[in-house]
Amino acid sequence: MTKRFALGIFDDEDVLMHAIENVRAAGVKIYEVFTPFPIHGIDDALGIERSRLPIAAFFYGMCGLAFALWMQIYMLGFDWPMIIGGKPHIALPAFIPVSFELTVFFTCHGMVITFYTISKLYPRWRTPVLDVRSTDDKFVMAIEINESTDLNNLSKLLRENGASEVNEKEMTKN
Amino acid sequence: MATLTHHESATAEYLELAPKTRRTFISIIVAGVILLAIGLIMAAMHIGGGHEAAGAAHGAAHAAGPEAGAGAAHHEGSPLWLKRLFVTLWHNNVFFVGVSAIGTFFVALQYVAYAGWSVVIKRINEAMSVWLLPGLVIFLAVFFLGRHDLFHWTHDGIMDPKAENYDAIIAGKSGFLNMPFYLIRMVVYLGIWWFFSERLRKISLAEDLNGGTEYFHKSINVAALFLVLYAVTSSMSAWDWVMSVDVHWFSTMFGWYVFASWWVSGIAVTTLTAIYLKQAGYLKFVNANHLHDLGKFMFGFSIFWTYVWFSQFMLIWYANLPEEAVYYNQRLGGFNGAYTWIFFFNLVINFAFPFLVLMRRDAKRQMIMLKIVSIAILIGHWSDFYLMITPATMQENNGFIMEIGVALIFLGSYLLLFTKRLAQASLVPVNHPFLDESVHHTT
Repeated sequence: MTKRFALGIFDDEDVLMHAIENVRAAGVKIYEVFTPFPIHGIDDALGIERSRLPIAAFFYGMCGLAFALWMQIYMLGFDWPMIIGGKPHIALPAFIPVSFELTVFFTCHGMVITFYTISKLYPRWRTPVLDVRSTDDKFVMAIEINESTDLNNLSKLLRENGASEVNEKEMTKN
Repeated sequence: MATLTHHESATAEYLELAPKTRRTFISIIVAGVILLAIGLIMAAMHIGGGHEAAGAAHGAAHAAGPEAGAGAAHHEGSPLWLKRLFVTLWHNNVFFVGVSAIGTFFVALQYVAYAGWSVVIKRINEAMSVWLLPGLVIFLAVFFLGRHDLFHWTHDGIMDPKAENYDAIIAGKSGFLNMPFYLIRMVVYLGIWWFFSERLRKISLAEDLNGGTEYFHKSINVAALFLVLYAVTSSMSAWDWVMSVDVHWFSTMFGWYVFASWWVSGIAVTTLTAIYLKQAGYLKFVNANHLHDLGKFMFGFSIFWTYVWFSQFMLIWYANLPEEAVYYNQRLGGFNGAYTWIFFFNLVINFAFPFLVLMRRDAKRQMIMLKIVSIAILIGHWSDFYLMITPATMQENNGFIMEIGVALIFLGSYLLLFTKRLAQASLVPVNHPFLDESVHHTT
């Protein structure tokens, strides 16, 4: 599938942030913005919804907690009961550190794997780069275009809002 | 929604305390005095003291006292009602002095971390440290009048091998726990905390007038020095003021444990003040993003407190050494279970409640949620200090009416002084170099 993009190149993050507001206010849908470094508040400016990753994290954590408790209760309470320090076989306070660690372990591994998967960062995935300068010092605003787009108007809008250049680029996505 | 424009300029705003607010504070004090009077009368008449829940009759039990107890076995002390008054004054003062010091600690921490977000709430923290000097006066007064009720190690002859009540363990600690050194330490801790509070405040006020980054760099140096001194003095003051109440017992986690309690209470006070000021129409630059960060602090440090609490508990519980386990024996089931419910209440309100309520992002951005949790944390950590100090001093003769009365008197007086100090300077540190960053803070 081939998509065409208009790329507004910006030199300054503040200019970019204002441009995002104004471009969106003009009714143009922004496909994506590429920046060399994370910019505070850009998610809100782009109107990106909050990630649901924390919900997934909660359930990974619950899995870890359940696994840890099951493991310790089964091992120390049923499979091979031992008396340690005169405490009952199932001595819950003693289980808390391991339960905590496994909760964290499951949560972070689950989150990392989920994040990489939904960001398509798994091995052998080639990430298309619209403009390599976005990894150096330029801020790139990509707007998807088609036959009915008025390119002159779009270019004017971007330049009026501080874009130093406006390019067109075709990208084939597998 | 992030504010991206730089059109707004931060201007000074001054708190004007409405007479109505002042009357509210005074009525808090009056309510406290009434409760205190009721509590004193009840304690003097031997009713309502101790196991209010169980309602068990203890009659003259206080005269005998369980052998497990430390202080009461000796007859060198005040009548029960007076003793309880000293204990509760000490308990409340430890709590309020600790919270005061946290105000300065918070400011110092933000300076050293080059943190920008907290600039718009900085004046709250500066004003919080107002209880340090009144606290010192109350500490000294209670220590001189009621030290025998509070501290077993101050009893005459306890360190004298020839005396009848000689206690070798306590005598072994005489190098640290003796009256002159104890008093010097107390004055030094509060003196250091007060000096640095004033110093940081003065630099900040001069910055308001003159501007420039020179004040900022000076504050960082002062703050760094304070943090080093506070790290030591906060731990030592916890041994002195709280742990030496249980003079036979010790825990190496105790300094951190007390500090964690103070710290999370201090953040709760900051949050609560920010919300109340915001709702009264002040602090117009404080928004959900700043509250979010305060909420994260409360959430995180509630867990930190629990972590320290548990680290202390689990080792003692597992090792089960009599001289260590007695601390939890007294609190979990000792004195006919006088403290059992508050032991578990302490864990629920200081850990489970903030943990579950503040877990979601939305909750940390809502004033009402933060308000509920802040108040719960303050009540919870007040109870935490109750649980540290009361079992060792009052044994089974504890109660709550007098204690809550004194807490209200402290609260009302603290609020009067705190708001007075808040009103003395602009709520916005207008020339702070990071002010703009704080105004545009997004989380």
